[in-house]
Amino acid sequence: MFGLARQLAKIGVLGLNRRNAEYTLKHNLRRLYPLVDDKVTTKQLAQHAGIAVPELYGVAEENYQVRTLPEMLEQYSDFVVKPARGSGGDGILVISGRSRQMYRNANGSLLSREELCYHISNILSGVYSLGGQPDRALFEYRVRPDPLFEAISYQGVPDIRVIVFLGVPVMSMVRLPTRMSGGRANLHQGALGAGIDITNGITLSAVWRNDIVDEHPDTGNMIMGVKIPNWEALLRLAARCYELTGLGYQGVDIVLDKDKGPLILELNARPGLNIQIANRAGLFPRLRSVEENYKALQGVEERVVFAQKHFGASA
Amino acid sequence: MSRRHLYFLALSLTVIGLGLFLYKALVLGFPLTPHRVSEIWNLEAHIAFVARNEPAKVSLFIPRPTRRFAIVNENFISQGYGITTATEDGNRQAVWSKRKAKGKQILYYRAEIRRIETKESGIALKPPEIEAPKFEGPYLAAAQSLVADIRARSADANTLVKELLKRLTKPQPDDNIALLLGKQTSISNKVRLAVRVLAQAGLPARAVHGIRLEDENHNAPLLHWLEVYDKKRWLSYDLVTAESDVPPDYMQWWRGTQPLVQVKGGDRMQATLSVNLKQEEAVRAAIQSGKIKSPLLLEFSLFRLPIHTQAVYRILLLVPIGAFLLVILRNVVGIKTFGTFMPVLIALAFRETQLLWGIVLFSVVVALGLSIRLYLEHLKLLVVPRLASVLFVVVLLMALLSILTYKLGLERGLSVALFPMVILTMTIERMSIVWEERGATEALQQGLGSLVVAAIAYLIMTIKQVEHLAFVFPELLLVLLAGTLLLGRYYGYRLFELRRFKQLVKGST
Repeated sequence: MFGLARQLAKIGVLGLNRRNAEYTLKHNLRRLYPLVDDKVTTKQLAQHAGIAVPELYGVAEENYQVRTLPEMLEQYSDFVVKPARGSGGDGILVISGRSRQMYRNANGSLLSREELCYHISNILSGVYSLGGQPDRALFEYRVRPDPLFEAISYQGVPDIRVIVFLGVPVMSMVRLPTRMSGGRANLHQGALGAGIDITNGITLSAVWRNDIVDEHPDTGNMIMGVKIPNWEALLRLAARCYELTGLGYQGVDIVLDKDKGPLILELNARPGLNIQIANRAGLFPRLRSVEENYKALQGVEERVVFAQKHFGASA
Repeated sequence: MSRRHLYFLALSLTVIGLGLFLYKALVLGFPLTPHRVSEIWNLEAHIAFVARNEPAKVSLFIPRPTRRFAIVNENFISQGYGITTATEDGNRQAVWSKRKAKGKQILYYRAEIRRIETKESGIALKPPEIEAPKFEGPYLAAAQSLVADIRARSADANTLVKELLKRLTKPQPDDNIALLLGKQTSISNKVRLAVRVLAQAGLPARAVHGIRLEDENHNAPLLHWLEVYDKKRWLSYDLVTAESDVPPDYMQWWRGTQPLVQVKGGDRMQATLSVNLKQEEAVRAAIQSGKIKSPLLLEFSLFRLPIHTQAVYRILLLVPIGAFLLVILRNVVGIKTFGTFMPVLIALAFRETQLLWGIVLFSVVVALGLSIRLYLEHLKLLVVPRLASVLFVVVLLMALLSILTYKLGLERGLSVALFPMVILTMTIERMSIVWEERGATEALQQGLGSLVVAAIAYLIMTIKQVEHLAFVFPELLLVLLAGTLLLGRYYGYRLFELRRFKQLVKGST
């Protein structure tokens, strides 16, 4: 058992305790958390800074607004409902279209108007928020995923998670929905995480429920070797989020829209550790390297170059 | 820098905690184990009668301290009665009185007595007066003949008494005794007769009434025995065995010929006595007997709090131990639980229900509540009313479970009422959300994790030694605090993480 711990330490695998103590606790000021914990705030902040995000259609804050919402959403045939302070993708509802009076959920099921309103009420009363406080519900543009990952995802929208430490992208993976995850791109719901080589944006092998896999369990296609176009632009987008929020250690979730290109979906102040399994690499040495060098790096461009140079899959 | 600070803090806490502990244990002599030495008995007299709607007066003989027992604490419970106590002829008597009483009346006398080990010193300096035996006619003749007979067959007072008792306890008594005793052959009558016959013989004697100290002795029968004054001391004689000295568990309640209770202004009096054993801990005994030194330290210890507050702290001081355990299980082992300290609270509830029943009841209530909660999901309720509804259902479920288990003769099931229902409700709510969002596996994992942590915490918190140390030496908690602070700097892997990242080791080699 201790041998295993020593081996993991040698690879530089970051554990929860160390992540909490030396990274989130040390580099993420508590007062900055609301910026990323509330998606409405994050979105407004990003829009202000000119960072691409899915367009915000509206926000519901009070229960009385819920009844009139369907009218407000009349003009949009598809949209996404999210709790502003949800965690781990809980409570997100993707409406992909309509069928007479019903809303069509992305997973194919139909929702009545009441069911939609109930879901929004639940969001407002804090069912999905961290700690159960009352919440806001936001409605936004439904991302049309780039066909790039079509062969290796099952419904839903794959998203790209980049860990950005002190403005330097250190590790990345793409989260691919599976049948098990119900089309959601969340690892603990059963989505697949495939590591991405920071140097060139090419996918590596994947982690699925703590196991390393090479093929998508539903489509059977090889996950490895998919090249993400415009990788540098995506890294720059992620790296800019450091200035945006001031959080030293964050997870940036990016989606590739067919028409609008990379969009920032959300930011996470406590990103998970499974990304290490997806990349078959430990975070710790990379974080150390950033800590030693970040002061010398000027601007987004240099930070991205530094990352590409040092954090490739073979490094 | 801050690391050194932490180590320094932890070290000083440990030194202070251990130092105080060692000082108290080694120098002051606080006992290290909850070893029980002396025993305390709870006595209770329960008097019920129907008042005649006129002034009521009830007199009850109550125990007095003897050379075998000390009265630690006593109290009288009644509604609207004035109460006085008086000592007369070596008896203590409590008198309840009320100007006007109507209907059924209930009075209680409660006392705690402690067995004390004193040297036999039943010395009475002044010889007591002998009450005239008042035998008349044929009875006088029979008594005189009996006395002459037993005197002829004995050498001293002791053998004389034994000879008399032997005759009294014989299944077929001789003519004299049969005449004197009449039809009433109860022990109390025999004792009364023995007192009169001994008075005829010129020996001071008295009847003593009491009970046997047995645990859970409800409705304890009255025992009667004889005391005879001889050579400046009172000696006891048991009429059942016809031997001198009574068993050590006989507790004298009163002496003389009067009944235990006398009621004026009431009918249908019923009096019952009951006894149960309450072990007293070595610590309190040591404090009371002055074995522990340093009154100042004692003055500011938990032992100076009222008893029921002490009982609260006995449990409260275990909470940090449970919390420490939780820190280890979460941060070092990596077990997932609902909430941070909920398992500790569940463990506290287990103290009342016992472990197995606790787990069964907890699981049953949570499982039923969870199904109700999932059903409520269809009704599209807002969160607060829904949470309140679950609370309703939980309370009703608990009541139902109590009734069912009670009817089935499983008295333990009643203890479901001791679970904090808010905790049950919150568990159900959180579990159902996790269930919905992350699937049944995750929900059951966390539920099971909480139960496992609660069970482990319970097992540790119920070790008598642990409870004793926490209560008698609360400074040891400082040492635990130091440990907790240091654990806050444990940046290593959690045990379960090793399994999670195992793939990585394989992948890299």
